[in-house]
Amino acid sequence: MTAACPACAGGVMPQDPGVGPSLQFSLPDIHCAACIGKIERGLASITGVTAVRVNLSLKRLTVTGPADPARIEAALRNLGYEAYPLDLEALTSARDTVGRALLTRMAVAGFAMMNVMLLSVAVWSGAADATRDLFHLISAAIALPVIAYAGQPFFQTAWTALRVGRLNMDVPISLAILLAAGMSLFETLHSGAHAYFDAALSLTFFLLIGRYMDHRTRSAARSAAKELTALEVQTAQRIEDGTARTVAVSALAIGDLVTVPTGARVPVDGMLLSGNALMDRSFLTGESAAVSLAKNAQLQAGEINVAAPLTLRATAVGADTTLRRMAAMVETAENSRNSYTALADRAAQIYAPAVHLLALTAFIGWAAYDGDLRHALNVAIATLIITCPCALGLAVPAVSTAAISRLFSLGYLVKHATALERLAEVTHAVFDKTGTLSTPSVTPPADLSISERAVATALAQASHHPLSRALEAALGDSAAVPLAQITEIAGQGIVATWEGREVRLGRGAWLGADFDDLGLKIGDETPRRIAASETPRTGVRSALAALDLPAEILTGDAAAPAQRFAADLGIPVQADMRPEAKLAYLQQLSKKGARVLMVGDGLNDTAALAAAHASIAPASALDASRSASDIVILKDSFEDLPLLLRISRMACHLSRQNFAIAALYNGIAIPIALAGYATPLAAALAMSLSSITVLLNSQRVRFIK
Amino acid sequence: MNVLVILIPVSLILGGVGLAAFIWTVRSDQYDDEKGNAARILLDDDE
Repeated sequence: MTAACPACAGGVMPQDPGVGPSLQFSLPDIHCAACIGKIERGLASITGVTAVRVNLSLKRLTVTGPADPARIEAALRNLGYEAYPLDLEALTSARDTVGRALLTRMAVAGFAMMNVMLLSVAVWSGAADATRDLFHLISAAIALPVIAYAGQPFFQTAWTALRVGRLNMDVPISLAILLAAGMSLFETLHSGAHAYFDAALSLTFFLLIGRYMDHRTRSAARSAAKELTALEVQTAQRIEDGTARTVAVSALAIGDLVTVPTGARVPVDGMLLSGNALMDRSFLTGESAAVSLAKNAQLQAGEINVAAPLTLRATAVGADTTLRRMAAMVETAENSRNSYTALADRAAQIYAPAVHLLALTAFIGWAAYDGDLRHALNVAIATLIITCPCALGLAVPAVSTAAISRLFSLGYLVKHATALERLAEVTHAVFDKTGTLSTPSVTPPADLSISERAVATALAQASHHPLSRALEAALGDSAAVPLAQITEIAGQGIVATWEGREVRLGRGAWLGADFDDLGLKIGDETPRRIAASETPRTGVRSALAALDLPAEILTGDAAAPAQRFAADLGIPVQADMRPEAKLAYLQQLSKKGARVLMVGDGLNDTAALAAAHASIAPASALDASRSASDIVILKDSFEDLPLLLRISRMACHLSRQNFAIAALYNGIAIPIALAGYATPLAAALAMSLSSITVLLNSQRVRFIK
Repeated sequence: MNVLVILIPVSLILGGVGLAAFIWTVRSDQYDDEKGNAARILLDDDE
């Protein structure tokens, strides 16, 4: 589609469509044709937009042209869609070459399989002697190069595993493919009756389907999670000879003077030089209230300056900042997760030796019985092929693909390959409070007059304090009045002049009232109370009620607000937890045999997220927390959390069931193969039937509620 | 049986044409958004 651009009608288009800067957004809510039409038409009229393209499978939007990202985001919000900007630099390098190669291999294997199968039908129908040999030779000419090309993904992983002395599912698969092809070639050249070229090819084809599906769903989820734009500061304002200059954070040194504008993150640890300051530390410590600091106080990298611009002297830079030390803690915690063995690999560790021993026994048995080595080898290889490595190889990927795509449509991005398996095993749920379960909320009284609303909106807009932002949202689209002489007083509130009168928004006590909530005071009127509290995020209540695990809250917040919030939800809480304490508590739980699910968003949760058996972070979480967690929730609601657990348990259950189905087929096929009655026809039937049963059984995960 | 000399190459060539067509669709990005393509036929933009 080359989008027509109504806004450009009169003027000359400065650029060709498709050229120039482009922006990408993740849109978790889109689901149908109407959404595509609405977004593409809605955005085309924005100045500077030359082309708009929605990708429904990846739930992603590409906008080309020199347009303002903030305007596009606002336009999307007006259309009713949540949008998360994506980091384009990370995206351009992530072109899906692997998926494309797999798809081509799958097509080649499918083509070869069909042709060889057709030729085999002639052999199974009774072609004999020279005709049969001709058919076998043509089959060999098709099959051998195709196996060499299409089988590479399996051979490579099998080789990597063997080199480090481990067994995975690809080892028996590669062995079956290679032995079937090699033995069939030998039989063909010696005018033998049985050739298994079709079996070797259908094995490759079915398994490539599984591999491709697996890759496809996972790469969609992984890339979306990885490329949400990083929140961390990359640049800082350094004061050089009295003027501020923008430099990279990495260029800062100890002793540098740095200014931090209102609403920005502190780039390095340092000492506060300018007067009082008000910092939002919720991401670092979980404290819900902003912290007010006096001159010479310590500032930590990552805090947000919510009041007036401040100046600091750097005391720790680079790897020594609190932020980086926490990141290092994550790396050590993550090692425990990498040692988790996936279900498929555990199955392979049982299956591979058993089957290989069985084939060897068959070979030795038959060789001892009638002394015909060629016949004995035939039986052994028929056993190897007929034991359904195909169904076994599909058992896990078919289920996880169906489950992951179901979760993707619910707004959950599954990032880690074994995340679902680990999630199905959890016995404890631990939540962070601030930013995860709770959102700051204010309820302005219903009887505020229009002018009061307008003043409150204007004052709230002037401040970056979390409560001001919540108030601004709560007041909705009230128009703001023009204010003069706006001053923010750290830890108290904001004061300004409106039509010659002093207006204030801030703490009750500061306004001279007897409540501690937020208040609004216009001139000499009585202050109006605006109830401020932390409310649970949407869906938290119902999710916790439906959760069948013991749940608790670990928070860095002070005891009083934490207790109040936890009592409201009816779950136990531990307050004043430092990041190390959270990590230690989780490790203590897992020593007792518990498998912990950690849900958190802040930097103070990062180590705990990485150390937990499974972890979930909301999309609003810090970059570091998102990359430490297995699953990212792209929605503002926790409602589907119990469903997520049910899906992961069902997925595990179905995977095991698939292994049982494969074992059942083996139970029937192995005696036939051992007795020497297995024909290529029987092998083809067993393989297709077991694979199709497993694939169909896996789809059941899509229908659970 | 001499007919096989013609029929087998014919079947292989026809299959090969199908394969080539498939590889072309892969190369021209037609599998990047299956759900979107399925939905787009319902849009009636006259663009």
